[in-house]
Amino acid sequence: MYVAVKGGEKAIRNAHRLLAHKRRGDPALPEISVAQIEAQMHLSVARVMDEGALYDTQLAALALKQAAGDQVEAIFLLRAYRTTLPRFCVSSPLETETMRVARRISAIYKDLPGGQRLGATFDYSHRLLDFSLLAAGELPEPLASTENPAEDPAPCPHVLNLLAEEGLVKTEAAAEAATEDDIPDITRQPLTFPSSRASRLQILARGDEGFLLAMAYSTQRGYGRNHPFAGEIRVGTVDVWLEAEEIDFPVPAGEIDLTECEMVNQFVGSKDIAPQFTRGYGLAFGSAERKAMAMALVDRALRAHEYTEEITSPAQQEEFVLAHCDNVEAAGFTSHLKLPHYVDFQSELGLIRKLRAEHAQKHAATEDASTHHQPLQVTP
Amino acid sequence: MTNKTTRAAEGYNFAYLDEETKRMIRRGLLKAVAIPGFQVPFGGREMPLPYGWGTGGMQVTAAILSPEDILKVIDQGADDTTNAVSIRAFFERTARVATTTRTGEATIIQTRHRIPETPLKSGQIMVFQVPIPEPLRFIEPSETETATLHALADYGVMHVKLYEDIVAHGHIATCYAYPVEVGDRYMMDPSPIPRFDNPKLHMNPALMLFGAGREKRLYAVPPYTKVVSIDFEDYPFEAQRQEGVCAICGSANTYLDELIMDDQGTRNYVCSDTDYCQEHAQPSGSRP
Repeated sequence: MYVAVKGGEKAIRNAHRLLAHKRRGDPALPEISVAQIEAQMHLSVARVMDEGALYDTQLAALALKQAAGDQVEAIFLLRAYRTTLPRFCVSSPLETETMRVARRISAIYKDLPGGQRLGATFDYSHRLLDFSLLAAGELPEPLASTENPAEDPAPCPHVLNLLAEEGLVKTEAAAEAATEDDIPDITRQPLTFPSSRASRLQILARGDEGFLLAMAYSTQRGYGRNHPFAGEIRVGTVDVWLEAEEIDFPVPAGEIDLTECEMVNQFVGSKDIAPQFTRGYGLAFGSAERKAMAMALVDRALRAHEYTEEITSPAQQEEFVLAHCDNVEAAGFTSHLKLPHYVDFQSELGLIRKLRAEHAQKHAATEDASTHHQPLQVTP
Repeated sequence: MTNKTTRAAEGYNFAYLDEETKRMIRRGLLKAVAIPGFQVPFGGREMPLPYGWGTGGMQVTAAILSPEDILKVIDQGADDTTNAVSIRAFFERTARVATTTRTGEATIIQTRHRIPETPLKSGQIMVFQVPIPEPLRFIEPSETETATLHALADYGVMHVKLYEDIVAHGHIATCYAYPVEVGDRYMMDPSPIPRFDNPKLHMNPALMLFGAGREKRLYAVPPYTKVVSIDFEDYPFEAQRQEGVCAICGSANTYLDELIMDDQGTRNYVCSDTDYCQEHAQPSGSRP
């Protein structure tokens, strides 16, 4: 009798065993190692770190292995681990100006201090499947020494600062004034609306790339247009500094790879304020240009109220964007539909049967009345 | 039931969450108890189960659990549905607490979508898993707006919604998550329990705690609190009446699940509350 709902414990255990076999795949093939994923799937690792909100290439690679390549599942694994970690202190603000750039491009100046540097990019590759990769073994051509970014660490200035010096773009509220307490931590405090830009950027930084990309794209197609130019995109390595309590000076804690995008957008101005460009900001772990650009466009769209723009489109509505961009939340709530809902469905069943019975009764009554007075006419 | 198949999780604190987090949640719960029905925002954490699968309830349970507690976990009223099994195993593994399926024995009962049929006692705590804590959410999607409506106790929109139900269908067409007013003040979503269970909330001797993990909200109904289901004078609230009796224990006054028995669509009914059903089943062996 209870077959339908019993046996949950055993079923779960068996499902896990089956999953482990599926993950491993054909045992005749060598097992993929975490180090291989870390080195050869680094873009996938970057996305998991970024949306998992934890910079650890090895753990992100482990999560990808455990999740059998499912990125959203890997992101969830990393988040669930991250949440248990103790926090010792907060780093000093990152100085992306000092980034050792591996790639740096600007779409608004042909040449500029620091130069354009293409770096490793898919951008100008023809998307033709390279069948030579089907056969393993060959290493790519060795790099000339000038192509190795580590040997050319000269920092280059932010393009937007060059504009800001001329007053052409608004200088953002001084970051120095903000203390650690002024900056909300969205992983510790619940989001409230209207939100601050600091909260928004944190949420966008771990937001789903696909969702943000679609939102960003919608602004380009007229749903909250903000006239963007890619002011600067830079990818490279930045040092992380800590100010520990017992020491008076910051100490280096390590380095991380980042992608930073600054958009130059629609200018604003009024009788009192001379016209100025506005900006949107995107930052992501590892090489993640698509994400950083999408984030910058959405950041700008969400600043609509700052510039008293009319809020008409989804990308401009913070409650819509911020509440729905997290894929761990979204995937969880969507997948919960797989859980049993017998009880709720039963209550709807009861109601709909009752309503149908009443409907049938009423219908029968009116049909009776109409057949008596107006015989049905059939026209060929 | 004991933890025969699970290992205790090494390297994690008692009941998974760290003590700082538990303290933060308990503070939120104290506020929730002090303002019955009011949604308290809290710094919800990621849990190792997906959002929507009971992370809010789990955080509440983890925050209030002590080693002496006896935990019962139900989903759809049953102790043996897969997610109830999974959550129970989680606390067996991370807190090594005793668990039970008997409503009367449990000190904490975590639930999804039901309140047990066996009346609760003073000292027991119910923990509800809540998907959408805001009763007005499907009428007003903006959090800023609903917060204002609660502040002003302006609940007219809900009455309009229920009125429209009556106009369209002749009945109030809300069968579960039926809105209630708590302590003559806040409108509250009782979580998606069938409205059959709504009367059990009123003046219940047990403490009722509600946790919404993804939405990061806590709320509570303290013991012996007035809880009124929203209705009209001429269309008073009615708990659902079901046809049929339980095929196992013969109960006619419990919430029943419908089972389809064969290809001809023959239907049968069994209690949704498996513990109640087993307790009331004939001892002569009609049990499965």
